[in-house]
Amino acid sequence: MSTTTRVSGRAIGTPLDRIDGPQKVTGTAPYAYEHHVENPLYLYPLHSDVARGRVARIDASAAEALPGVVLVITHENAPRLADTSDKELAILQSDEVAFRGQYLGAVVAETFEIARHAAQIVEISYDEEPHDVALRADRDDLYTPDQVSGGFPTDTEEGDFDEAFSSAAVKLDETYATPMEHNNPMEPHTTVAVWEGGDLTLYESTQGPHPVRATVAPIFGLDPSRVRVVAPYVGGGFGSKGLPHANSILAALAARKVEGRPVKFALTRQQMFSCVGYRTPTIQRIRLGADEDGRLTAISHEVVEQTAKIKEFAEQTAIATRTMYATGSRRTTHRLAALDVPVPSWMRAPGECPGMYALEAAMDEIAIKCNLDPVEFRIRNEPEIDAETGLPYSSRNLVACLREGARRFGWEGRDPTPRARREGRWLVGTGVASATYPVGRLPGSRVRIRCEGDGRYAVEIGAADIGTGTWTALTQISADALDVGVEAIDLKIGDTNVPFASVEGGSSGITTWGSTIFEAARAFREQHGQDPSEGDEVEAGMPANPETENYAMHAFGAYFVEARVDADTGEVRVPRMTGVFAVGNIINPKTARSQFIGGMTMGLGMALHEESVVDERFGHVVNHDFAEYHIPTNADVGEIYIAWIEEEDPYVNPMGSKGIGEIGIVGSSAAVANAVYHASGIRVRDLPITPDKLVQ
Amino acid sequence: MKPYHYEQARDIPGAVAALAEQPNAKYLAGGTNLVDLMKLEIMTPDVLVDVRRLTSDRIEETEDGGVRIGAAVTNSDLAADRTIRSRYPVLSQALLSGASGQLRNLATTGGNLLQRTRCVYFYDTTTPCNKREPGSGCPAIEGHNKDHAILGASEHCVATHPSDMAVAMTALEAFVNVHGPDGERRIPIEDLHRLPGDEPERDTTLEHGELITAVDLPPLDLAYNSKYRKVRERASYAFALVSVAAALDVEDGVVRDVRLALGGVAHKPWRATKAEEALRGEPAGEENFRAAAEIELEDARPLRENAFKVPLARNVITRTLLELSEER
Amino acid sequence: MNEEEIMLRVDGEEHRLIVDTRTTLLDALRERLGNTSPKKGCDHGQCGACTVLLDGRRANSCLALAVAHDGAEIVTAEGLAENGDLHPMQRSFIEHDGYQCGYCTPGQIVSAVGMLDEVEAGWPSHVTGDVSAEEISLSDAEIRERMSGNLCRCGAYANIVPAIREAAEERARR
Repeated sequence: MSTTTRVSGRAIGTPLDRIDGPQKVTGTAPYAYEHHVENPLYLYPLHSDVARGRVARIDASAAEALPGVVLVITHENAPRLADTSDKELAILQSDEVAFRGQYLGAVVAETFEIARHAAQIVEISYDEEPHDVALRADRDDLYTPDQVSGGFPTDTEEGDFDEAFSSAAVKLDETYATPMEHNNPMEPHTTVAVWEGGDLTLYESTQGPHPVRATVAPIFGLDPSRVRVVAPYVGGGFGSKGLPHANSILAALAARKVEGRPVKFALTRQQMFSCVGYRTPTIQRIRLGADEDGRLTAISHEVVEQTAKIKEFAEQTAIATRTMYATGSRRTTHRLAALDVPVPSWMRAPGECPGMYALEAAMDEIAIKCNLDPVEFRIRNEPEIDAETGLPYSSRNLVACLREGARRFGWEGRDPTPRARREGRWLVGTGVASATYPVGRLPGSRVRIRCEGDGRYAVEIGAADIGTGTWTALTQISADALDVGVEAIDLKIGDTNVPFASVEGGSSGITTWGSTIFEAARAFREQHGQDPSEGDEVEAGMPANPETENYAMHAFGAYFVEARVDADTGEVRVPRMTGVFAVGNIINPKTARSQFIGGMTMGLGMALHEESVVDERFGHVVNHDFAEYHIPTNADVGEIYIAWIEEEDPYVNPMGSKGIGEIGIVGSSAAVANAVYHASGIRVRDLPITPDKLVQ
Repeated sequence: MKPYHYEQARDIPGAVAALAEQPNAKYLAGGTNLVDLMKLEIMTPDVLVDVRRLTSDRIEETEDGGVRIGAAVTNSDLAADRTIRSRYPVLSQALLSGASGQLRNLATTGGNLLQRTRCVYFYDTTTPCNKREPGSGCPAIEGHNKDHAILGASEHCVATHPSDMAVAMTALEAFVNVHGPDGERRIPIEDLHRLPGDEPERDTTLEHGELITAVDLPPLDLAYNSKYRKVRERASYAFALVSVAAALDVEDGVVRDVRLALGGVAHKPWRATKAEEALRGEPAGEENFRAAAEIELEDARPLRENAFKVPLARNVITRTLLELSEER
Repeated sequence: MNEEEIMLRVDGEEHRLIVDTRTTLLDALRERLGNTSPKKGCDHGQCGACTVLLDGRRANSCLALAVAHDGAEIVTAEGLAENGDLHPMQRSFIEHDGYQCGYCTPGQIVSAVGMLDEVEAGWPSHVTGDVSAEEISLSDAEIRERMSGNLCRCGAYANIVPAIREAAEERARR
């Protein structure tokens, strides 16, 4: 079956209830900490209280004397790791301190309560050095990374931006800022480490069991076959569980040292703000030039952001600007400040999310300057081909999303005058934004299909379900690929004991694993026919898709928001949001809607609430809990209308689907910000838009 | 959390005696603040004396026409009480704007009054804090102080008191009944909480071992026309940036009487006596309400991040009084 | 270490256990009694993932010291199901996809059940226009406010609300 033929089936496209629903609603689905292990010990970490320097002295004597404390592990007594090339993960190997909150060791004890208290009474002193954690656009040590995350070029240049901008009839030159944000999945990062001889089992909270194995095994000098990672249920990740973090190493090191008993480690919510990645703050200068007809003649997107000194992560913040709109001259750049901070990492739609906030707010501003409706302005600048690759789009229906969204939302007849509409104490406004997210696919996935007799088929792939609905969607895809009912499928995921799956990230899961399932099913029927015997089995890898050479593949969306600002207090409420998406074929309408509302809710929080506040004198995030780091509550979210347009794309994968996990957040924060401007007349460019920025 | 010994006393005198004997003992009621702080070792009692079933969990009308609220009444029960809802709506509204349903079901009247500040530096044992460790410094003064005080602060501490209930009770001129080693006393609520001065480690004027047993609300007709307005950064489940508890009696367009208290602005609920004085006997109207608010806020000393609280408080006072004058 | 013996009745079953005085009900349930349906999201009463019914009312089990609740009657999401049948609230969450990763879900469901009890008892909320009203009308705004003590990072709120509304309507019909 070629990847250019779209398969239509009976299960794909149906709103099947989640397969893991009954376990989740009864709380019986086992997350990492909840798997039964024999006679475990509990780990509580030791953290650095300084941002830079060396550990001078550790006095663990009081802690070790507590009944129930089995071990205090530090760099002084930790086993040597075989591979220390990854400085984020090579912990407890030296006395160096690279950021505040870094793991310096751990207490392992009979109970969580004992370990937690013992950790408080370990005394650590430092040779402290001055630290530098301040991100500023005018630093003289900003550097150009070799590439940005995803393997993309750091800078791009088309045409002559400076010339085109200086001669543009309408110009915009503004700087937008997004704060540091923390992913904060509801389930904290968790590792339960069990050594049996030289074999290591990790019960992990991860977006990719196989990538964890691939990373952890060489660190301990093990062949990957000696490491098993188990993660059937994961309580959210949003990117922070996409790459392994130091908690996996810390638990495995402690368990190695203790010998003979499993070690359980779940981070506290406070610890989630220092050791599991975060989204870098960004400072983004956007310059747009347009002619009298509102056509963009010049686009420039210059990004300043941070990375850790110990390991580089360069968020691809300007990436969407390379494809989004048509223009003759375009520049995008990324510059990094290397600071004494924890290592940044993926957070839902890395790159596109903060970048499109800035771009779409800027688009709103220049549309106003051109006296054009912001929906019309975007339609006017719709490109013919993808400027980034020079290829045609496999499908691009952003205009249809904008028009359909405008219709559903009631955009027609909108008076663009800001601060013009009032209902009681509320100033009312509306805003729009668009978004794109690439159709990703990752290499290496394999699927094993086996006939189990009685018409049943086991379909095995080590994919994760972090709330995306993998359990259900892959069951549906398997059913159609094998041309059987969903009840005939036994899906096995979330374990390195089943074949390799790429990480759940980059909205690549369905494309990657679904394509592989189709290939394996094709091979299975070819080898074993329609009436296989019990035990008949086939394993196949993801087929290549040559169409990726011919087409640029992206999902698109349009977002419409109504915002109300209290004229006295600056409080912002968003009673309704509408999202219309062009994302190809929908595997499961029920779980797809959830992905969209989830992403848009996160975008709402990004616009109005979220900010990790760093106190530069100390070097750490000071609002490090859920009381002070605000994510939306139920009362913050009003009506969310989701729709998708019919889109046939025969090039992307056999399902005709595009990844949808991240696009929801990409356009929503700008739509909210634009609506707040329209309501209040106050343009706040640095997120979050909190009452203090609006009260007058 | 440090190991501690758990005790249940037989009666209130027994509980008081237990604390008097043990300088590092504390009372435990709902636990929603104390257990939170003990987990972080911000509070480290050696002994907890459980008083949740000792003090009264009833709300009763008193002889003078007021209401006595037992210290063990949960925040939920107090907010839902029909007498409170009709006679002192500001108190019910204040409680309902605080915390979450789950927390209100466990938290008690006594505990709510005694809850500690939410300042991020108080909550972080790796940073200095004069309240936790006198003399160590106050990082909030030059640091993250968006949520901190604009009134009544000192060079040692700029924290605010987080309770909503206490702000309403301050406007209602409640009395806090206390049973201690030296006997019983009755403290006007304005004298319960302190300004930081040079002893920020002392939140209240209670002596060690004094147990709150009940709160008395005096009869107050104008409380029928009262309300609580809380401004926060998200729609629910967050502490106040600024809050206002107000009660208003207007007759023939003139303010006959008014009560006004502010939350989120100081180390204690802030009774806005200057504003009240400026309003009594004056025509009710937006201009006068705003002018009175400005008089009260004249002494505001904003920090680098919280200057917005001045116009915010002014606006909320004005709006709340306006609504009360229109709604009666 | 300080320990006390306590009894907890959990989902209808009595358990006697000796606990460290520092043990919360949450950890007693999860680590001692093998009931991992209430979840630890923050351990400080700031997220609601640990919500159980405690003596009939919803409460954060992470802030309740086990020794202070000797003899308590506790209901978890695991115990809501009767005779192997899912509770109507659980069924409604499945139908409306009121969850994604599922980690906040047991807390959401128990909280919703407790919340409907509170509505039936006539308790007002922050959004109840007239706080002295006799009866509470369960609007979407009321559901949202009353459920705001249960954070959901996956952002399933827009499905949680109709799930609860449907379960409330079914409950009213009974």
